[in-house]
Amino acid sequence: MKKVLGAFIVLIILVIVMFMSGLAYIVEETKQVVITQFGKPVGKPVVDSGLHFKKPFIQQTRYFEKRLLDWDGDPNQIPTKDKRYIWVDTTARWKISDALRFLQSVTNEMGAHARLDDIINSATRDAITGHILVETVRNSNRIIETKQQGESLMLTEEAIERIKIGRSKLEKLILQEARKLAPQYGIELRDVRIKRINYVEAVRVKVYDRMIAERKRAAEMYRSEGQGKRAEIDGQREKELKLITSKAYRTAQVVKGKADAESITIYARAYSQDPNFYSFLKTLETYRKTIDRNTTLILSADSEYYKYLTEFGLKK
Amino acid sequence: MEFNTPEDILNVGRKEFGKYRKFTPAIITVLVILIGLTGMIYSIGPDEVGVVQRFGKYISTTLSGLHIKLPFGIDKVTPVKVERIFKEEFGTRTIRPGVRSKYSSRSYSDESLMLTGDLNILDVRWIVQFRITDPVKLLFNTRDPQDNVRDVSEIVMRRLTGDYSVDGVLTTKREEINDLAQLEMQKILDSYQTGIQIVTVKLLDVNPPDEVKPAFNEVNEAKQEKERVINQAWEAYNKAVPRAKGEAERTIREAEGYALDKINRAKGEAERFSAVLTEYKKSPDITQKRLYLETLTDVLPESRQKYIIDPEQTSILPLLNIGREGGK
Repeated sequence: MKKVLGAFIVLIILVIVMFMSGLAYIVEETKQVVITQFGKPVGKPVVDSGLHFKKPFIQQTRYFEKRLLDWDGDPNQIPTKDKRYIWVDTTARWKISDALRFLQSVTNEMGAHARLDDIINSATRDAITGHILVETVRNSNRIIETKQQGESLMLTEEAIERIKIGRSKLEKLILQEARKLAPQYGIELRDVRIKRINYVEAVRVKVYDRMIAERKRAAEMYRSEGQGKRAEIDGQREKELKLITSKAYRTAQVVKGKADAESITIYARAYSQDPNFYSFLKTLETYRKTIDRNTTLILSADSEYYKYLTEFGLKK
Repeated sequence: MEFNTPEDILNVGRKEFGKYRKFTPAIITVLVILIGLTGMIYSIGPDEVGVVQRFGKYISTTLSGLHIKLPFGIDKVTPVKVERIFKEEFGTRTIRPGVRSKYSSRSYSDESLMLTGDLNILDVRWIVQFRITDPVKLLFNTRDPQDNVRDVSEIVMRRLTGDYSVDGVLTTKREEINDLAQLEMQKILDSYQTGIQIVTVKLLDVNPPDEVKPAFNEVNEAKQEKERVINQAWEAYNKAVPRAKGEAERTIREAEGYALDKINRAKGEAERFSAVLTEYKKSPDITQKRLYLETLTDVLPESRQKYIIDPEQTSILPLLNIGREGGK
């Protein structure tokens, strides 16, 4: 028991001494190491993680990241091909692919960032200035398609421009350009993306004005649509009213006419049995109706009445 | 015992310590073992896994529970919360989550203002929820996973917003954008080998910029106004048309009434005439005379003045004179 314990302690002390003296060193999964001897690199960079050995005292270790690293660009004001000033904010992902070259050319990550600033910014500038604004904003012609489907959109003329490249391909272009220059720094550029694009303040205000104007236009459209619809409904109402009354009038007239006609037939059939008697009766009725208190009657001596009078008088 | 000088005190200490000198190796051994033992045991919580590295090299992933490792920095364990769902907010920050969460009143317009495909500007806020599916990748492939999630989220959301119209992002295409954003974020994160899985992407408030909001509201009001005007028109329509229909019915009914009246009268009169005629025919002469005289009997007394003139007398002038005098 005591022996095992002793051996164990000795082992631990040995390990500690190893590290302290610089004989052994550890490479983490996330790191890679360049060994230098009096400042001069020795051998290939160590990328395998785990326990490694070197010559103590005369060799030094320099650690570098093995993981994917961020690069965040400073927002840049760039004019597009159609002379619109925009802020472009890019971000990139990169990796130290050759730690030795990295050490020699840029020393550390700060140095790398400075170089990346140069190459990515210039590639971005080239790509943006070579294209119109909508190419950098849109990724497809989806909007134009929806417009063709007849949806009402608030569009400015420049926005209807059909795009050929689009944002994703533009990013690929920037990556391609920037990537060419990266290997000389021992860097592998994995990805460059446009994070933000925004109008500069002055243009932004104008855009707001335009949006307001457009919305007002839309509001007016809705209002006038309302008025139009009202006029239509009013017209419909008038039409239906006319239709209803005229139809009723017509039906009424037809009904009345039929009745008139029928009554004529009835009268004619009855009276034609003896037209003379009818006119006689009618004459009498006329008398009754026409003679009243204000009438001055002048009876001719040869009138029917007088005839009767004289007739009877004679007979007596 | 007297303490005269500090030396005395030290001497006493030395003497006392000397008693234990022979135990020194044992004490050191025990101490080392104790330190070793505490460094050999570690526990992993229920929502995490432990990533174990030996001399920096990844060797295994341990699940929750109590585990043993080599001490003195030989084995290193990094717990990673794999069950937890993390959340990143864009354009807004939750200050205090709760039943009614409190949000920061500050605006994060840098994050949220973006261009739409029709070159307008929108204020878009959204959240991303993600979890760690591969702790090994998470730890060893990228340096700052959270930064990656944030950057990728902005990249994708802005690209998508840039591909839709204002109306689309504001209203109908929200779901579509959520789904596409999740898909495309995942694609990019996978290409970075982050070991992160996007659980969901949700658009929160999408608004026009403050400067433009009133104009947007005006459109909504105009829509309401449109509906109102149309409703008013229909109201007027509904007020007039059914009534007119009723009135039309009345006109027709009246005409039918007229017709009935007319025909019944005609029938009545005709029948009366026929009846009278039948009787008349039995003795026409006398009936005719009787009727004539009866009528005159009834009629003549009614009139105020009566004259009988000779037909030979052609002029009616004298008569007129008479009438005038009589009238006075």
